[in-house]
Amino acid sequence: MTAPVAVLEVQDIVKRFAGVAALDGVSLALQGGEVHALVGENGAGKSTLIKILTGVHQPDAGSIRYQGEPVAFDRPLDAQAAGISTIYQEINLVPLLSVARNLFLGHEPVNRLGLIDFGRMHRVAREILAGYGVHVDVRRPLRDLGLGVQQMVAIARAVSAEHRVVIMDEPTSSLEPREVERLLATIDRLRRDGVAVVYVSHRLDEVFRIADRVTVLRDGRRVHEGRIAEITRLELVSRMLGREVSEVARARTRFDARATDDAAPMVLEATGLERHHVLHDVSLDIRSGEVVGLAGLLGSGRSETARAIYGDGPLDGGRVSVGGVALARRSPATSIAAGIALIPEDRKVEGIVPSLSVRDNIVLAALPTMARAGFVSDGRLDGVVNTLIHRLGIKASSPRQPVGELSGGNQQKVLLARVLCMSPRVLLLDDPTRGVDVGAKAEIQALISELAQAGIGVLLISSELEEVVEGSDRVVVLRDGAVVGVLDPAEVSEDRVMALIAEAAADAAAAGQDGASPEGLPDPGERS
Amino acid sequence: MSGDTRLGTITAAEEPWSLDRAATRRERVAAQLQRGGAGLVLIVTVIVASIVFGSRFASVDNFLNILEASSFLGLVALGMTFIIIGGGIDLSVGSLLALSAVLTAYGSQYGSAAAILLPLGVCGAIGLANGILIGRARMQPFIVTLAALLFARGLAFAVSDEGNIIFRIASGEPVLALGQAAVIGIRIPILIAGLAFLVGWVVLERARYGGGVAAIGGSEDAARLMGLPIARMKVVMYAVSGLLAGLAGVLVAARSSSGQSTIGVGLELQAIAAVVIGGTLLSGGLGSIPGTLAGVLLLNVINNVINQVGTLSSYTQQVVSGVFLIIVVLVQRSLARRQRL
Amino acid sequence: MAWTTRNGVYVALIVLIAFNLVATRGFATVDNARLQLVQVVPVAIIALGMAVVIGTRGIDLSVGSVMAISSALLALYLGYGAVVAIAVALVGGLLVGLVNGVLIARFGIQPIVATLALLVGGRGLALVIANGRLTEIFDPTLGIIGSARVGGVPLVVLVAVAIAVVVAVLITRTTFGRYVVAIGGNPEASALAGVPVRRVILGAYVLCAVLAAVAGIIQTARLSAADPSFVGNLIELSAITAVVVGGTPLSGGRVRILGTLAGALLMQLIGATLISHNLPDSATRMVQALIILAAVFVQRDRALS
Repeated sequence: MTAPVAVLEVQDIVKRFAGVAALDGVSLALQGGEVHALVGENGAGKSTLIKILTGVHQPDAGSIRYQGEPVAFDRPLDAQAAGISTIYQEINLVPLLSVARNLFLGHEPVNRLGLIDFGRMHRVAREILAGYGVHVDVRRPLRDLGLGVQQMVAIARAVSAEHRVVIMDEPTSSLEPREVERLLATIDRLRRDGVAVVYVSHRLDEVFRIADRVTVLRDGRRVHEGRIAEITRLELVSRMLGREVSEVARARTRFDARATDDAAPMVLEATGLERHHVLHDVSLDIRSGEVVGLAGLLGSGRSETARAIYGDGPLDGGRVSVGGVALARRSPATSIAAGIALIPEDRKVEGIVPSLSVRDNIVLAALPTMARAGFVSDGRLDGVVNTLIHRLGIKASSPRQPVGELSGGNQQKVLLARVLCMSPRVLLLDDPTRGVDVGAKAEIQALISELAQAGIGVLLISSELEEVVEGSDRVVVLRDGAVVGVLDPAEVSEDRVMALIAEAAADAAAAGQDGASPEGLPDPGERS
Repeated sequence: MSGDTRLGTITAAEEPWSLDRAATRRERVAAQLQRGGAGLVLIVTVIVASIVFGSRFASVDNFLNILEASSFLGLVALGMTFIIIGGGIDLSVGSLLALSAVLTAYGSQYGSAAAILLPLGVCGAIGLANGILIGRARMQPFIVTLAALLFARGLAFAVSDEGNIIFRIASGEPVLALGQAAVIGIRIPILIAGLAFLVGWVVLERARYGGGVAAIGGSEDAARLMGLPIARMKVVMYAVSGLLAGLAGVLVAARSSSGQSTIGVGLELQAIAAVVIGGTLLSGGLGSIPGTLAGVLLLNVINNVINQVGTLSSYTQQVVSGVFLIIVVLVQRSLARRQRL
Repeated sequence: MAWTTRNGVYVALIVLIAFNLVATRGFATVDNARLQLVQVVPVAIIALGMAVVIGTRGIDLSVGSVMAISSALLALYLGYGAVVAIAVALVGGLLVGLVNGVLIARFGIQPIVATLALLVGGRGLALVIANGRLTEIFDPTLGIIGSARVGGVPLVVLVAVAIAVVVAVLITRTTFGRYVVAIGGNPEASALAGVPVRRVILGAYVLCAVLAAVAGIIQTARLSAADPSFVGNLIELSAITAVVVGGTPLSGGRVRILGTLAGALLMQLIGATLISHNLPDSATRMVQALIILAAVFVQRDRALS
């Protein structure tokens, strides 16, 4: 199965940024018909390696051979022309252009006058997408499609030409489980067609399911390379972390070692949250010291529920009270004043202010309480900020370093410091460990437990079911913007949550096929 | 996780997520209005003005006057449309028009070829420099073209001895025909602008370049990763805008038989206004050439109507233009919200 | 931030002054220093407001028209006494700022379009108020404002310095200032962190317009005439130039007060230098254009990374 000559091979690549080595002598060989997983913590050098493979960066030392020949890619276009294409984590298409246009942009079929042949373009686009099981109106703007389909369009675009190498950089991070299945099937097809696939993912499940070989990077060096069948999960994680196996195992158990108190007072009650097409009569409550998980698929209304509680965005009905006192107005400022704090889902877009310093980011939300008559004193802020930086272990050169220069995990800690600065009674965490490396993830999870122990009520949303189940006392399950079940501490398990979500999915499928109304089907019965 | 084994056989009917959010009717109406709103307002304005002012407004001569007045702004706005759709802005066009007019008149001393090639060459070169600084050196369009605005105006003054000389084009120079001759009663500037709009429309809607421009404005990162030659496309965009402003300047000079260094002040703002009124998003990624045409005509029809009223001072005209721009933009804003742009 | 971006404007200023001390006759005189400072005052005051607006990722093209409006109002209401007239002129500026701010913060219109509308409409309004005429002004109070000196320093220069100090304190020492740079750095994140985004943006435009009105009053007092068709023409470009040359990025998230003042002074001195060496106005413009490009080119690295 393995050809003697690698399709794409890099040797002893060195790449430095401002004197710091992001890659230090890394080698990688890709064979046609093989899926090669590339794993490592954030900052291990995965992205840099990919950018070198795709011509975004040029190596400071080392060689690249493509189909046996030495090559140098000066820009992305060169790599693409050679037959290397890339699927990025964020879907890099143009939302306002049509699906077909996105598929063909830059090489649209043209007629003799050099004008685009729309008839042919649309027909071919339909055929290509049908090959991936996607049937949509290719003339509509891309933004009308779901994220999963957009990702399929990106893949179809990337491999519709004669490509020998396809690089996928965390392609599943925003996909639903069903869409992930579809993607993995597509990768399987590429493998059978003899394409070399580089698969980068934080999700080990997927890596073990789809990959043939795996390369582990740590601190810019290759620390492992081999067949996936010859390594266990625990070994892989320990290689990524550079820790002993026993340490890794212990770190995981800290997250759920916590007792809850049924008699603790309610800190947050949200009742009848209603928003047209998005939320339907969503109610939930959180006790002091309790972590309530909010489970559901992407688009089930979990982020929207957190936003609704926080007072962001429109709402058609519903009431939120903190410590028994109803909030008079809906706005983030009101919520913050009442003691609700939110860590939003998208850290870069909605969380950090990259140009501001660590200090200014941390105190941003708490400024009104830390200022006197609108005036702020840096001296006073520094005391608070230094304590938080120390306590959360934020790695920054100084409190004045711009947050944009920190790693993802440290940025997330800055956001945690920001909410802690506000001394909240309720913490809404929307996927707090997303895109965070394994080490920082464990620290953040431990911190959540610690905060709950200190009496804060926590609402925890996560794209990883495991995290919700292990980290929460109770779990509220959402589907299509409505609560379909609330699991008590004794009932919480991955199976139960999945059962509730799957039951719901089965309902929808049945309704879709038989034309029966969902109301005609048995109610899951967990609603009270 | 779901253990679905029917992969590859899933059909559209089973894919409730395949069209996550089909556009609602309201959104589609809003999109239509965004595209055709300026045209609609234009038609209504023309009809109302025709009823109110009768043949004083609704005459072939007056319509031709409006078209001719529109052709200069139109050429400039055409280049601006591409640039704004591509996520940029070009503030230099007003100064370039003046510079071109001065150079046309100045060049006419050396014959009509010089009178055309000199201004087009210089304006094209300045546009090219804009494009290189923006596309290759990745500097902000606002500030680069602001500098070009100052530079071109300075050059126009330098050529005309600080504005003290007004060059005249000698009668009988063939270049004058560009501004003064007519074909079946329609003056040349109208024909040139009309042709330019036709070409621009085809390029935006039917050529690879047009889609690429919209892609750059819609998401530059995505366009870069999709392998579009962004720098080159931007260079072309600004160079063409400079050329079009230069062309408009040639026509203005030919029309008035002279080149003045003081004309075209604020023209860039009018052009931006026309483009925005025409439904092009100032944030880039979406826009239309017919919309810009409607925007240009609308601005000139309103000017014409205000002149018809006669009792209004030219100051009031400015106030009306300002208020009108605000209203149009407010309406557009609400339309864009409805489409969740 | 690169060293050149941070300090380039000061270096350029020092080099230019050094050049003039050596090469320009009559430069190193108190009178000349006074003249240069007085001439830079309107642009400097407006640039301060512009820097705050640019800090929020905005832009205000209407400042020149605001100057014209305040100038026209000042002339119109001078019959009720200088104090009343100045108050009315300031209120006029405040109202324009409110309209700008409401259009941008409340209705979400792009700053460049909203303030463009006010640029066009505002100038027209000023001409309507003044009936299109230049009005000569003979008022003792305004005369004092225009020409008085305190300890040899022109009063208007002291006013500008006082405004600069107030704006500097506002930006570095108040929640408003922190909010301005936070919004410029990331508006979505700021909104979710409970920052009153709309109010802060509104405040920035009101501040900018009021400062433009102040500049209009000073200019009118200095010239002893209200000329709404010319006062403040193209000053928005000079102000934006001063801000950018001073190291405030157009993309927002940072406000540099001292740099802005240095930027304004630099552009003023460039003009003065060229004129004193008998270079025409047109050359001045072209040189200014090249300097703007150089300043932004130096800042470019940050935008690339």
